[in-house]
Amino acid sequence: MLAATAFAVIRTRSLFATVMLSGVFSFLSALLFVTLDAVDVAFTEAAVGAGISTVLMLGTLSLTSRFETPSPRSSFVPFIVVCVTGAALVYGTLDMPNFGSPDAPAQTHVGPDYLARMPHEVGVPNAVTAILASYRGFDTLGETAVVFAAGIGVMLLISGLRRRRRDEDLPEPDHDRKEQV
Amino acid sequence: MRHHLILRVITKMLVGTIFLFALYVQFHGDYSPGGGFQAGVIMASGFIIYGLIFSLEKLQLVFPPWLVHKLLALGVLLYAGTGIYSLLGGYAYLDYTALSPHHPEHGQHLGILIVEAGVGITVTGVMVAIYYAFAARTPIINDEEW
Repeated sequence: MLAATAFAVIRTRSLFATVMLSGVFSFLSALLFVTLDAVDVAFTEAAVGAGISTVLMLGTLSLTSRFETPSPRSSFVPFIVVCVTGAALVYGTLDMPNFGSPDAPAQTHVGPDYLARMPHEVGVPNAVTAILASYRGFDTLGETAVVFAAGIGVMLLISGLRRRRRDEDLPEPDHDRKEQV
Repeated sequence: MRHHLILRVITKMLVGTIFLFALYVQFHGDYSPGGGFQAGVIMASGFIIYGLIFSLEKLQLVFPPWLVHKLLALGVLLYAGTGIYSLLGGYAYLDYTALSPHHPEHGQHLGILIVEAGVGITVTGVMVAIYYAFAARTPIINDEEW
């Protein structure tokens, strides 16, 4: 279903349908995360991927046209590049441990250590929250700072344009006054 | 969207529930899936849906842009301030034991709660600020175009 949705996103010309289908894609991957028992990630995917980005894409869509212009160039070379990259990725997964394998690096390194120390050190039942906010507090602080920087960047880029236009309007009366003098 | 009666009524009913759910995800994140990031996004989507269905002006009456910009920074400051507080208490940066030295588990609990609140505030602020930045440039869409 994921593949079918991705294919539909590529084929359709209507950008509105593309935005909606990418929302559907996010929901499907959220379901995938739920089946993998990563409920927190699924939650984030559903809220961010399907919720907010769809709305922001719709906001962008209302600034541009509704249909994409067909590209005149042949899509043969990009197709080859995508195939090679996909094959390389699949080849890479061959080395990965089997799903749920107890010997996987994720199960043998710090994971068991956190799980053993957490109940008496942090005392918070949700392990993801405990690791995120307590053991990995610096990382989360960095993430928050990144989100903050992104927000500031968008505000500077988009709201700054209006400010500049207002500034461009201002000098004109000044100029006129000089001529009058 | 003045003619969409069903959308308006349903939105009025849902917005409160969305906010309540966001607060639940925020403060129940210690016990169930969720936390600051998810709660912030849900909270912001509550505001954005209000802005989409009613108008941007009405939303900005409720949640003015200057407040959004302050909240953006407040969340990060709250997070970093927790770290400073534990530094002043003689502990390592972001060591929540400082919040309750006699009962480290309570300190951890409180620390996670405060830090997640900071994350939630920043994420809400950023999402709403991005929405404002986009929506303020948008010509209002006619009902027929949908």
